[in-house]
Amino acid sequence: MAEIVKINIDGIALEVTKGTSILDAAKSVNVKIPTLCYHEDLCVAGNCRVCVVEVEGRKNLVASCAAPAEQGMVIKTTTPKVRRARTDIISLLVSEHNTQCTTCYRSTNCELQSLAAEYNVDSERYLSVLKPNIQVDKSSYSIEKDDSKCVRCQRCVRTCAELQHVNAITVAHKGRDMKISTFMELPMNEVVCVNCGQCVTHCPTGALTERRYYHEIWEAIGDPDKHVVINTAPSVRVALGEMLGYPVGTRVTGKMVTALKKIGFDSVLDTDFTADLTIIEEGHEFLQRVTKALKHKEKVALPMITSCSPGWVKFIEHMYPDHLDHLSPCKSPHQMFGALTKTFYAQKIGVDPSKIVSVAAMPCAAKKFEANRPEMKSSGYQDVDAGLTTREIGQMIKQSGLDFVNLPDSNYDSYMGESSGAAVIFGATGGVMEAALRTVYEVVTGREVPFKNLAITPVRGLEGIKEATIKLENVVPEYSFLEGAEVKVAIAHGLKNARVIMDQIKNGTSPYLFIEIMACPGGCIGGGGQPIPTNDEIRKKRIAAIYAEDEGMPIRKSHEVPEIKKIYETYLEKPLGHKSHELLHTHYKKRNRY
Amino acid sequence: MENLKRVDLIFGAYTNEKYKVLESTLKKSSEQIITEMINSGLKGRGGAGFLTGLKWKFTAQESEPTKYVVCNADEGEPGTFKDREILTKVPRKVFSGMAICGKAIGAKKGYMYLRGEYQYLLPDLMAELDVYHEHAKRFNHDFTIEIRMGSGAYICGEESALFESIEGKRGEPRNKPPYPTVSGVFSKPTVINNVETFVNAVMIMKYGAEEFKKLGTSDSRGSKVFSISGDTPKAGIHELELGMTLADFVAEFGDGDTKAVQVGGASGFCVPRKKFNETIIGFEGVPTGGSMMLFNSSRSMYNVLHNYLDFFEEESCGQCTPCRVGCQQLLKGIHAVKKGEKPSSYLNQLLQLSDTMKITAKCGLGQSVANSFSSIVENFKEEMIY
Repeated sequence: MAEIVKINIDGIALEVTKGTSILDAAKSVNVKIPTLCYHEDLCVAGNCRVCVVEVEGRKNLVASCAAPAEQGMVIKTTTPKVRRARTDIISLLVSEHNTQCTTCYRSTNCELQSLAAEYNVDSERYLSVLKPNIQVDKSSYSIEKDDSKCVRCQRCVRTCAELQHVNAITVAHKGRDMKISTFMELPMNEVVCVNCGQCVTHCPTGALTERRYYHEIWEAIGDPDKHVVINTAPSVRVALGEMLGYPVGTRVTGKMVTALKKIGFDSVLDTDFTADLTIIEEGHEFLQRVTKALKHKEKVALPMITSCSPGWVKFIEHMYPDHLDHLSPCKSPHQMFGALTKTFYAQKIGVDPSKIVSVAAMPCAAKKFEANRPEMKSSGYQDVDAGLTTREIGQMIKQSGLDFVNLPDSNYDSYMGESSGAAVIFGATGGVMEAALRTVYEVVTGREVPFKNLAITPVRGLEGIKEATIKLENVVPEYSFLEGAEVKVAIAHGLKNARVIMDQIKNGTSPYLFIEIMACPGGCIGGGGQPIPTNDEIRKKRIAAIYAEDEGMPIRKSHEVPEIKKIYETYLEKPLGHKSHELLHTHYKKRNRY
Repeated sequence: MENLKRVDLIFGAYTNEKYKVLESTLKKSSEQIITEMINSGLKGRGGAGFLTGLKWKFTAQESEPTKYVVCNADEGEPGTFKDREILTKVPRKVFSGMAICGKAIGAKKGYMYLRGEYQYLLPDLMAELDVYHEHAKRFNHDFTIEIRMGSGAYICGEESALFESIEGKRGEPRNKPPYPTVSGVFSKPTVINNVETFVNAVMIMKYGAEEFKKLGTSDSRGSKVFSISGDTPKAGIHELELGMTLADFVAEFGDGDTKAVQVGGASGFCVPRKKFNETIIGFEGVPTGGSMMLFNSSRSMYNVLHNYLDFFEEESCGQCTPCRVGCQQLLKGIHAVKKGEKPSSYLNQLLQLSDTMKITAKCGLGQSVANSFSSIVENFKEEMIY
């Protein structure tokens, strides 16, 4: 039985569980205390000191995020003493900040800017102590780091350590020289960074941003010689609206397609098409491995792990280089898309692939790095010319001057515009597993998965590691060796959870056959390229939108999509066939841990 | 010298038999030791002045079975060098004190966190530790001591930053609560005391609380080892009874031209000559971890303050805003006033800033910058401006 304490906040008497922070207690009675270093996803740091409040009987103010409510506390959040101190602290932060907000990518979505405006701080109050000659680190394909805009809240450091177990960014030096840096202060492209971009979505200011490529895309669109194709990932359509005036969790698929067409993309296609293709390829790969292992008693790497998340792929390359054979060889959907765009699609529409610019609209920062991997050139060209984040797409739509809210809906273009609900749910953690099970179960048993409305609920939700067991009964003759087998699967999201799964594999104790791993908490809907902020409440709403989109689709299973069937008939020949290997599969690289 | 009483408690000769006080104290119960400590009224000698017996009692009361004793030998406060002397001359007393604390709170392991610059003391300390461990074994006292080296960061003298450092992490202060008595090193209940405090504990066990209480005042029991430096003909280590006035102190140690005394190091207070008579050195007046720096009329207090702020600006861990940026602003600010780039009224704004730092900084470092800043700026304003 948790102990209850009685406290009083700004004249409101309330009871909270002992140990509740003053900040959370205040929130429960609708008293808003400003914060900066605090983030719902992360452990409490208590280092910005913006959230200080006055506790009766104490000389010093206390940081409400870090201080637990104690019996009888009388707390005041807006006394002159508190306001003076907060204003002072915000002024100090401004005094070490690069205040060129007019040219900042995060302007109007910056927590320091909002605080400074809210407290109307005087920029002349203190002398500038901004370090001179700070160079922006633009070495990474995915992430830009501008220390002149850093408030040293360490949200990125905590994100990288706690959520991702990567520790690419860390604190260096002390005192006036204290900064957020990397191992040996190396540039971002030389350290063990998986490019997931979670640091970017957790950064309160413009210190960490994705490397932006939309200028080049605008140029390409304006070039009459270029044929610019864009494919949009499933989770973009449920989050883009947040940047354009819609509440969280609004699906804006049709308007997004219209906007992209109006912006001037020659063809607006759906990454879902190659998500479905991934299921066909990965599903068959899985069945092939299981057949080899169980029927022919061959030694194959099981469990098999999904490879759609490039942040996760780079993580395993760095951290578990001896276990790369567990990864499915399938490229991530947008890389399949890129390869097909400059081969199959180019052939179909009769355009020289050298004139095609292939763009991927992604919830992801790691796709930018992935697009630039040297092995991603199976079409003979760089398969994906640019990966843009949801934020960049939102920015482009703003720049276009379109009245987004009042746009009519449009459908995706063809070829490669058709898809299923199974592809849409790729955007949420558990989605790839669910999509794969919908197909694999049917291939093995000839029947639909035994879940109401095809919703495989055990694999859904925000739990860090999810497990499910699917029993195979009355299987088709080809898979008779699987009769009665219980297929144990797992889903992990957030790389700290991936580590748990991988340690099991490393120790030989993994009980699973098939595992889905996504680098970002919540899966792609919580990706490093998604609108800021992201927290669990927002993740849940985006996930709900994803499943609603799935339910609204006429086709819910990857293997039933006519265009998918057709591409195998007319182009790819068969799953795991020669062309698939050439265009849709990849290989991985062992990387160092430092 | 009639108003100052010299004491020879801390540096007094060892007992004839090694670890004799420890041996006899181990025959007492945990409660007896703690009661004796509380009765003595001993307050921590690091400067903050928390009642040592109470700290031990709180830790002893925790139900968690694993507990630790930590000796803070990171002596980093500018002008303080008494722990070095204690560790050089009477390390046996320090280890005895830690072992007694271990008995009192039920800990099996102690750490001494030794200042990086004191690396040269390590061989001698290790040799004495061998002697200690040999005796502890003979006394059936299951308490081992390990020495961990600091790397030269001032902030690691702050207890929670020190724990982080022992744990192998970056030395940054933690949020409090929880306090060390509940969650200290390795998140276990921990007693952390200054080197001198542990020696005092041994003295209390040797002579008894009543005898100890005869020294000092009701608020400041016992004697204190002072590190005296600056414009003084008697620079060095002096063990004195607590409770003297600063006037008496200056009469003994000053050079006849003392303008100000910095009591308690860079994070302490600067007392100007006009306040010498009314200032008591002790917890009822101006407390000190031992540092006493004397300045005569040839010294610029602007330079003194500049020097302190330079130090803090570099030695702040940098995590919390008020301390990291505040120290830079104070330093840059007094410089701007001195050069005439800011009006003299800007000093008031800086004083307000130092107040903000005092009430909002995360740890004692940031909170105490205001001590020297406001006491120097308020008492020597002309020197700041002209």
